[in-house]
Amino acid sequence: MMGAANGRRVALVAGCRTPFCRSGSDLKDLTAVDLARHATVELLHRANLDGEQVDEMFFGQVVASPLAPNLAREVSLLPQFPRTIPAVTVNRACASANTAIAYAHDQIALGHARVAIAGGAESLSDIPVLHSRRFADTLVNLSRAKTLGQRLALIARIRPRDLIPVAPAIAEPSTGETMGQSAERMAKENGITRAAQDALALRSHQRALAGTQDGRLTAEIAPMFGAGGTPVVQDNGVRADTTAEKLAALKPVFDRRYGTVTAGNSSPLTDGGAAVLLMSDESASALGYEPLAFIRSYAVTAVDPAEQLLMGPAYAVPLALERAGIPWREVGLIEMHEAFAAQVLSNVQAFESREWAERHLGRSEPIGEVNWDIVNVMGGSIAIGHPFGATGARLTLTLANEMRRRNVQFGLISVCAQGGMGFAMVLERR
Amino acid sequence: MPAFTVETKDGLALARLNLPGESINKITRGVRDELDALLTAWASDSGVRAIVLLSGKPDTFIAGADIDEFVRLSSVAEARELVRRGQALIGRIAALGKPVVAAIHGACLGGGLEAALACSYRVATDHPKTVLGLPEVQLGIFPAAGGCQRLPRLIGARAALDMILTGKTLPASRAQKIGVVDEVVHPAILETVALGAAARMADGWRPRRPAAGRGITGLLLDRTPLGRRVVFALARRGVTRQTRGHYPAPLAALRAVAHGLAYGVEAGLEMEAALFAELAVGEVSRNLVRMFFATTALKKDPGVAGQAPPPRPVRNVAIVGAGFMGAAIGGVAVAQAGVDVRFRDTDIARVGQGLAAARKILDDRLKRRRITRFEHRRLAALLSGGTGFDGFGRADLVIEAVFEDLQVKHEVFRAVEAAVREDCILASNTSTIPIARVAEATQRPERVIGMHFFSPVERMPLLEVIVADRTAPETTVTAVAFGRRMGKTVIVVQDRPGFWVNRILAPYLNEAGRLLEEGLRIEELDAMMVKFGFPVGPLTLLDEVGLDVAAKSAGILHQAFGDRMAPAKGVHRLTQSGRLGRKNGRGFYEYRGGKRRRADRSVYELLGVAPRAAPAPEEALARMVYAMLNEAALALEEGVVRSARDGDIGAVFGIGYPAFRGGPLRYMDHLGPTKVVEELQRLEGAWGKRFQPAPMLRRLADTGGRFYSDA
Repeated sequence: MMGAANGRRVALVAGCRTPFCRSGSDLKDLTAVDLARHATVELLHRANLDGEQVDEMFFGQVVASPLAPNLAREVSLLPQFPRTIPAVTVNRACASANTAIAYAHDQIALGHARVAIAGGAESLSDIPVLHSRRFADTLVNLSRAKTLGQRLALIARIRPRDLIPVAPAIAEPSTGETMGQSAERMAKENGITRAAQDALALRSHQRALAGTQDGRLTAEIAPMFGAGGTPVVQDNGVRADTTAEKLAALKPVFDRRYGTVTAGNSSPLTDGGAAVLLMSDESASALGYEPLAFIRSYAVTAVDPAEQLLMGPAYAVPLALERAGIPWREVGLIEMHEAFAAQVLSNVQAFESREWAERHLGRSEPIGEVNWDIVNVMGGSIAIGHPFGATGARLTLTLANEMRRRNVQFGLISVCAQGGMGFAMVLERR
Repeated sequence: MPAFTVETKDGLALARLNLPGESINKITRGVRDELDALLTAWASDSGVRAIVLLSGKPDTFIAGADIDEFVRLSSVAEARELVRRGQALIGRIAALGKPVVAAIHGACLGGGLEAALACSYRVATDHPKTVLGLPEVQLGIFPAAGGCQRLPRLIGARAALDMILTGKTLPASRAQKIGVVDEVVHPAILETVALGAAARMADGWRPRRPAAGRGITGLLLDRTPLGRRVVFALARRGVTRQTRGHYPAPLAALRAVAHGLAYGVEAGLEMEAALFAELAVGEVSRNLVRMFFATTALKKDPGVAGQAPPPRPVRNVAIVGAGFMGAAIGGVAVAQAGVDVRFRDTDIARVGQGLAAARKILDDRLKRRRITRFEHRRLAALLSGGTGFDGFGRADLVIEAVFEDLQVKHEVFRAVEAAVREDCILASNTSTIPIARVAEATQRPERVIGMHFFSPVERMPLLEVIVADRTAPETTVTAVAFGRRMGKTVIVVQDRPGFWVNRILAPYLNEAGRLLEEGLRIEELDAMMVKFGFPVGPLTLLDEVGLDVAAKSAGILHQAFGDRMAPAKGVHRLTQSGRLGRKNGRGFYEYRGGKRRRADRSVYELLGVAPRAAPAPEEALARMVYAMLNEAALALEEGVVRSARDGDIGAVFGIGYPAFRGGPLRYMDHLGPTKVVEELQRLEGAWGKRFQPAPMLRRLADTGGRFYSDA
């Protein structure tokens, strides 16, 4: 029992998020800072919290803007807070917000903070577009040039191709392989079929649609307002008209001939922000909050990116459960990040495989059988969307809310991340 | 204790003005005498090569002349003498023969700026508190201590007239740009920079200033007699259009400037003195000064009698109803008071529209450079909203701005009470419903109060705070203090139908309606009141307020006060015909694309009259004017407002009652209660009982009393 054994018990008290919207759609005019600030202001109001109470802030962001590299500090400088709240932005790719929450947990457990806000945001509509290295070098040299002749000589060296802007790719710097290519390779190596991937994607949409319609999913959403005040009240990637046929008709993206990974069974590029309120158990009681859940344990692992890049959860989950001191069968609800259906199914395959457990974990028993009735019960990132920096907070919040609705004792979060990393966290109810 | 302390070092005298017993510096008789003596000493002291003049007050350089002194002037001759002496003193600064440097931090206004203009060099700080201007016209006078001579010579006639005729104040950066100050520096180095300039000037250095009126247009308009004639003609036309002849000060200033430029400084100074003396003892200036004193006093008035409890801090405000009024109240609360504002409305689309409308108030301020991009971003983040009562637990003050229906308001107040802390203050922005009735739905009527804003909230300066019988003093004090933080002039009024503003407005508007029914032309009716001094006439006002809103208010007052408040009979036909005023483009006037066009002829058909010119315009004017005067007396006697002062401020700031008349109660004092009673009795005989003079007026007439005890 990490919380109790290693310090103060940490409660998750409240949270909310922006609607998650496909990049270039409803939230395209906003920055990641705007999204994080909106989620945070709404969190204050929903929790009826006084900004003076907050000791520290932690946010995740993956593609940071050079104009505001520490997003968390932009949030903690919101006028609703004193200007004296330290804040840090972390980047663990898709597990960034999870990491922000974990760090907030640590500071509270250590007694360094009593109340913290953690979360994350991403705007993939607002990504930095770079100049080529050659052009950038020329600009730097131009600024140092002393004579007109030097300047002209430098300008004369510029070639048209130097002016082509460079957009950051979602690729591993160590291998050059993109996320999608990794997922494609995992599908092939693990024998994950196109049909199985499409079925998972279909279920993700159907469950997200149900959650949207019955209000369980929208309950965590703080409506945003576009130009002229037009409200955006729900995630816009959830499709009511998705069918198995439509998914089957899509062309594979990363291997056009033999591939199985399509736009339909992958998570889309998304804009969104999310924030949760964490505090020590004593602070929650003192301030009169009834916690949604407590953080029982978490774990982070990494594998060689040249191997199966997105298998992190298969390592992090058993470690988090071990630290929580509970067996797999006691987990009543699971939120698993859906980067790609192929990645989810590969990890599930590993969870259920004795052979995998023996080879990779040195254990004689598999991690556990997956009961799909308790996994991603309101859909996942494929349908809801995946703003890299925010997803972890969305998963945590969705899980905590649903644990309360179902009165589940233990819940599990699992996230794969770039760089071969995995993150897992166990939440518990009182 | 002397006002000036002087340190002399290395031949430089540092004269620091710190008027004892005052929070600001002003030019009093004592200051003048001391400065006079100092100038004499400096002139003959060979140990002093140059002087730096600065202030010992934190936020003021010199805020202006001593108004109290000027109010006591009783004759033209006395006023002229005062001005001549002031001119002579300030002239001595310019003629000292040694450099004098003004080191300006904080407000540098009126006589303070005129003194600075006489200095050889001006350094100002870039602090937001540092503002420069000549606001004299706002008090019905104009800069007569050489300001009308030195400023146009320094910065050109056009720029000088822009400052003198409007009375506007400039931040230091702007003042530097147009040439009023020579340098703008950080406050920490003001003294050093000023001393440096003084030392250099003592050694013979002179600042190089571009000729007044830069560029080709400047050359043509500011630096040729013909160009200046064009400038003056245009300015005169502009002033006449704006003041409609009611405010003589700007025209006098214009004459003083023109005369000085044509015939030289000394002739200009004589003209300044002559014109100033006439204005200073005139009724217009007297009324404007009284209004200034009244608003200044009101700003310090906590809103309750006796020992006032301190106002509760208000950091978070929640607003129920994100419609037109609610959104504007929220926008102004953020823009002015910088508080967190949470909107709640039943429909998320309305919340969005409300947020957009509130944000637009911030956008406008950004556009007009009242706030920076960074302030805009910070303030915009204070606006949020939703369909639930989220965030109401944070609220220190809730303002309700929902539909004017008691049952709706009761539902809102019950829901709000369940969501807020126990110490939260609940305000209703009603204009027609008694606050005591609104409070019936709550468990804590002592926390309930009325905050009656006027539309458009971002432009209308008045707020009526309505106190019901059970409202606690702490609630009143908090609402008044917060209204002030919103930049409003706040009057506390009793919970009587129509409160103050709508109460005195109603008989006036009713009378205008009757005149219309008698066949008077729409434009003529409006023009009559504009000529009297109102910014707009009664029918234009009705169009702006909304005919439906006005009809509702009129009905309530009719019910409460009977025949005296009976609306004109035919006017309801206009509302029935779908005329709501400007908001739906149809009222007494036609509107197209948001712009007012001509009067709508079909109004006459609806009323069954043939329009004609007023057979007796004087009588029509008297009926409208006296209807309001009489009602003001009645309402004051009922105790609707706490004092004549509050009543007049409410009329001037809430209705646009001509400020040069000092407000309706001051105007009756001016006319004399006896005369007012006689006129009302005459009108009563001619037009009916509604003109029966108020008992208080009769009493004042009988005893020779006045509404005001001063002058």
